[in-house]
Amino acid sequence: MTAISNRASARPAPSSTILSIKGLTKIFGGLTAVNSVDLEIPRQSIVSVIGPNGAGKTTFFNMITGIYEPSSGSVDLDGVSLLGLRPDQVTSAGIARTFQNIRLFASMDSQENVMVGRHSRLKAGYIDSLLRTKRFHESEKEAEDVANLMLEFVGLSRFRHELATNLPYGDQRKLEIARALATSPKLVLLDEPAAGMNPRETEELKSLIRRIRDDLGVTVCLIEHDMRLVMTLSEYITVLDYGSKIAEGLPHEVRNNPKVMEAYLGRGAAAGEYGKEEQLKGGANA
Amino acid sequence: MDFATLAPFLVGVVISGLVLGFVYAIIALGYTMVYGVLQLINFAHSEVFVTGAVVGFEIFRVLNGVEMNGYLKLLLALIAAMVASGLLNILIERLAYRPLRNAPRLVPLITAIGVSLILQDLIRIIEGFQGRFDLTYQLPTGFSTPFCGPESSCAGVGKFLGGIGISLQIKEVIVVLVALVSLAALNYLVNFTKLGRAIRAVAQDRVTAGLMGIDANGIISLTFLIGGALGGISGVLFGLKFGTVNAYSGFDPGIVAFTAAVLGGIGSIPGAVLGGLVLGVIQNLIGVTNILGGALNIANLGVIDSSYQRIGAFLVLVLILIFKPTGLLGRSNVEKV
Repeated sequence: MTAISNRASARPAPSSTILSIKGLTKIFGGLTAVNSVDLEIPRQSIVSVIGPNGAGKTTFFNMITGIYEPSSGSVDLDGVSLLGLRPDQVTSAGIARTFQNIRLFASMDSQENVMVGRHSRLKAGYIDSLLRTKRFHESEKEAEDVANLMLEFVGLSRFRHELATNLPYGDQRKLEIARALATSPKLVLLDEPAAGMNPRETEELKSLIRRIRDDLGVTVCLIEHDMRLVMTLSEYITVLDYGSKIAEGLPHEVRNNPKVMEAYLGRGAAAGEYGKEEQLKGGANA
Repeated sequence: MDFATLAPFLVGVVISGLVLGFVYAIIALGYTMVYGVLQLINFAHSEVFVTGAVVGFEIFRVLNGVEMNGYLKLLLALIAAMVASGLLNILIERLAYRPLRNAPRLVPLITAIGVSLILQDLIRIIEGFQGRFDLTYQLPTGFSTPFCGPESSCAGVGKFLGGIGISLQIKEVIVVLVALVSLAALNYLVNFTKLGRAIRAVAQDRVTAGLMGIDANGIISLTFLIGGALGGISGVLFGLKFGTVNAYSGFDPGIVAFTAAVLGGIGSIPGAVLGGLVLGVIQNLIGVTNILGGALNIANLGVIDSSYQRIGAFLVLVLILIFKPTGLLGRSNVEKV
């Protein structure tokens, strides 16, 4: 894993916080989708952002990754502001992400999908490609090596030359993770990685996310609906509702926070969705 | 006419149709590559192509009488045309298309037609200042001699080709060779390099490509550069094959090449090549069979009535749009929920 972990370990940690967000706000017309949210993500941690549908979680991710420009607030990665950077520059700065609705390159095979993720780290330019210089060959080799390494890491080596669309759903999610990891991120944002996975796949995902942090030294931030996954995996949880942060803390603190009960799960329970309440309790007792 | 004379005659028609088809194929690539990344029909591509033809003309004109190998002149003409057309295409994208990136699809399409008209007149004005309208290529000696003529070492081959009714000139062989080299280079660039991977990624999903660290605008510019350079090459090849170009020469081949791109499946690179070759052959067949008269007429070989050709291209376009809208090699675009 040297190619990947070098990046994280080569620099001495300037502080224990890797991503620092202050007062992040996004206003669409008259709608405040995200309202002055603060978030500190500790280095090499696994944290989660949760909240009911429409709470502004994905908008929040989109502002961090440069798709949306925040209306106000700041985003600092390792003390460097990401405001005004294009998505590709944010990726170069060290943030990678996956998507709620899978967005793989359908007509490329798995290996190529991951190689695309390596793009910003390759040194060969236009001239190198045209003239097929030594640097070009080296960088193509590097892309391929990293891609194979990442496919192995997520357990998809056997699908290396399979078109991305032909992979089973759960494996497509893993492939997205491999592609994100190929960018050598400091921080990876996973947008509902367990959506549509069966319990066995979710268990595998859980250990994969732990290995991303433990083996690669990459900080992980999740958006997730699967409460059991969030509660067992996260070291720190932030809860959004209607664009505002309503709670944050350790899993057991969030779980027992009455505001969270009410906003996130209480409404479901009140409407008679017994299962959800049960799930929350189940998580609490686990 | 009996079969014994008809068969070789048809072979000859097909071969000269393929020569024409290679020119269309290279033009069609310009349409299809830009469509691939922006889903925009770049109607200005026909003028990008004419710009290449004009620059090629100028190079041959300036070098006319200069003691230099003819093939070196050709190489200079090709390079100059590639650079001029490629940069022009980048400029068009910057000024005309990029500001409209998020506008409804129809807006950049109309803009493209506008750019096309502006460029036509610009080219006419620029050449008009020098008192020129029809630009006749001053080709190096030897380009128009028959391929494998009676004096050459491969006279046997020439005799064989002549025997089945094929008369290729050196310049037509050049057209095919240059086209093949361009296709091979493009195929390599797109399928086996980091930049090609980035182009394909942007074509499939610009936002995701950006989030994977690809500068989408940079890649779009690169695509316009490559598409424009191919337009420049095809302009020079067109000039070689037909001898004369003017500011408005882009329209007909532009329409045919666009049809070729649609026929092959717009956005598909092999599709554009296949479409170009098919249309080149169809056009030549229409040209010699003289469909309105219904009579096969050998004397028409080489004298291709352009109005019938246009009928052919449009007929093909209509048929594709009815029966296979995605084109021969295109994939259906299934929207995923």
